[in-house]
Amino acid sequence: MERIPIIRMGRCLLVTIQVDMYDQLAMTLQHDLTEQIARQGSGGVLVDISALEIVDSFIGRMIANTAAMARVLGADTVLVGMQPAVAITLVELGLCLPGILTARNVEMGMALLARVAASRV
Amino acid sequence: MAVRVVKTIRFGLQTDVDVVAARRGVTAWAQEIGLSVLDRTKVVTAASELARNTVVHGRGGVMALEIVSDAGRDGLRLSFTDHGPGIPDIALALSDGYSTGGSLGLGLPGARRLVNDFELESTVGIGTCVTIVRWKP
Repeated sequence: MERIPIIRMGRCLLVTIQVDMYDQLAMTLQHDLTEQIARQGSGGVLVDISALEIVDSFIGRMIANTAAMARVLGADTVLVGMQPAVAITLVELGLCLPGILTARNVEMGMALLARVAASRV
Repeated sequence: MAVRVVKTIRFGLQTDVDVVAARRGVTAWAQEIGLSVLDRTKVVTAASELARNTVVHGRGGVMALEIVSDAGRDGLRLSFTDHGPGIPDIALALSDGYSTGGSLGLGLPGARRLVNDFELESTVGIGTCVTIVRWKP
């Protein structure tokens, strides 16, 4: 079965989505990510979607749900790299991803995760 | 003046992987007629929503993708046809937040906002056909 790789960077997990998302793949990622957070005791998750050309309501909901699950498990999620056309389309679709932390790129996302982690101490 | 069909291709929609293939087809032809990145993203996202509806609610079906031309203006026309249970209350199905599939209920009304033309025909027990058009400005 196809899987999206999850890379461990210290106390954070990095997910770079570089393939076309289909529903089963998104659900597998959600499962794998929550497992990894619990097993590694990760405090932060960075999800890079700069290669995604579309985010529809299903994928958007999976991202929002995964972030909520991560929070319950003690990890913050930052979504980075969303293309401008994807952002415009998502909001027009009616999906605003409330409660999701975002940053422009991986570097800024890591800095944001560090700030959030510091504020939680 | 009647809308002229330049070319047509059909995609079977039975699984979530078929949805990806359909999306790629729409992306390729959106590029071919020179839609902007934003218009292409909108029509491909609408296609993704409607293709998923066909698979999940319509028990599978077909997407017909066409390049159409009307008075020198090009566009993409997509028709999603299934022989599923049909939609009993179309007005309700087109309202934001209504869902029978445990989703957010943004698929149909959201897709409608992302395109220029939107038509929905459905008969309970017969099936559903949704047709959308995104014109190149």
